[in-house]
Amino acid sequence: MDFEQILHRTRALLCLDCGKCTGSCPVSRVDVAYSPRRTIESVLGGDPEALINDRYLWSCLTCGLCTTRCPSDVDYPAFVIAARIEARKASVEGPYAHNGVMQHLMGIMTQSVEQDRMGWLTGELKTVTQGEDFYFVGCLPYFDVLFEELGVVSTDTARNAVRLMNAVGITPAVSDDERCCGADLLLNGDEEGFRELARRNVGVIAASGAGRVIFTCPECYNAFRDDYPRYVGSLPFDLVHIAELLAGHLDELGLDGLDEMVTYQDPCRLGRYQGIYDEPRLLIEATGANLVEMRKNRANAVCCGSTGWVSCGQCAKGIQMARLREAEETGAATIITACPKCRIHLSCALKDAGDEAEERRAIDVALEDLTGLLARAMPRDELGD
Amino acid sequence: MGEFQPRIVVFACNWCSYAGADLAGASRIQYPPTTRVIRVMCSGRVTPGFILEAFHLGADGVLVTGCHPGDCHYISGNESAVVTVDKTARLLKLLGLEVERLRLEWISAAEGARFARLMTEFTEQVRQLGPTPLGNRGTGGEA
Repeated sequence: MDFEQILHRTRALLCLDCGKCTGSCPVSRVDVAYSPRRTIESVLGGDPEALINDRYLWSCLTCGLCTTRCPSDVDYPAFVIAARIEARKASVEGPYAHNGVMQHLMGIMTQSVEQDRMGWLTGELKTVTQGEDFYFVGCLPYFDVLFEELGVVSTDTARNAVRLMNAVGITPAVSDDERCCGADLLLNGDEEGFRELARRNVGVIAASGAGRVIFTCPECYNAFRDDYPRYVGSLPFDLVHIAELLAGHLDELGLDGLDEMVTYQDPCRLGRYQGIYDEPRLLIEATGANLVEMRKNRANAVCCGSTGWVSCGQCAKGIQMARLREAEETGAATIITACPKCRIHLSCALKDAGDEAEERRAIDVALEDLTGLLARAMPRDELGD
Repeated sequence: MGEFQPRIVVFACNWCSYAGADLAGASRIQYPPTTRVIRVMCSGRVTPGFILEAFHLGADGVLVTGCHPGDCHYISGNESAVVTVDKTARLLKLLGLEVERLRLEWISAAEGARFARLMTEFTEQVRQLGPTPLGNRGTGGEA
């Protein structure tokens, strides 16, 4: 696709040059040299090659905040992803975080490997290999290894999710052959890798006989819902995020008993992308916890500061610190998030905030996954102990 | 075709292990031509990303080498290499690749013979495992 088409398809051609995007952008707020408005203007001005080689091409979080406010309805994240696809064709890649370890993991998963990724599954959890519902775990087992120094056990989310599903009578199918959903490869402009992962995942799920796929990661959920159909055709199964699923089973869950103050971090893909704002809040309130909102919430929520495993640095940290302080100001003891990546990124920033060598003030707030909070509010006999 | 010639990536630290490789060469000690040595300033510079990149591109084995414990030029870089290799081994296991394809060894600047012996030994170990399922063996040439 050339830039002429990209400008049309993403409506960037209709840009009014008003600058609302730049005013909204969490990246521009920290790094004033970055401007979505100017990025679009530079391409409209006829110099797309300059964008391909611009390091700021990799700064956009694709959080979509600008798009919700754009008077011309320009799809800026789609514009950026399309430009990154062009950049990759010209052999330009972004500044990957963690020395590209996630990109290589994803790349390896596009090939013929026989994974051994179900070590997280503990004995009391009921799962099957063939069934009506498939639980798409995502990269959680890999995150456990990669981010262990943060003290984040990502597979707790998977265990709690299965526990909650079991409590409402769902015995999900899980598989060793599931791959990364590839959302981040697409964010890096790697269409080929993304298509291959999508093709393999759809095959694995279809082979399980499932009519519905349950997600705990909003990025996987969003990729399946919005991106898979464009790359591998319409999917032969329904898709549901765990928050949507459980919100429909509140009576059976019997959540109760928590007495604490929490706030909720809307993940970009769950909120702005998929419009799921109410279900997580409904669930949190059902536990008895007192939900207090951050100043910027729902469609105005701020991204956790890093996406696509690219461009993590000072700017990401600035966004994260501001967000953590905003959470702290609510008086909440815990930030609840429904995305494993928000949890990792904000946990990393939280660790830095308390770095005494740098004389930074610690931020007095904890992080927890939505499934963790819900599991704590389950009746004791449901927990199997 | 003959015997399977593995392709092995060796990360060698500037101060000990690379000098050990030099000594093996200068002493004309024979070892299999299966290794590609990449010099890094310290074994602590090697990250899971480096190792997985090698496997992603089709390496049959990866050997990380550094100064003996207590001898690191940067005091504790080799201690982080231990953490890195352990972490990466667990990632390999999740990916379903044999953890025996990855190894960490200490080689000092005086241990040319040890360098040659480890290259021979590790080549044999990887040869037993057979070719990696990853990468494109058509490119990059045979060892």
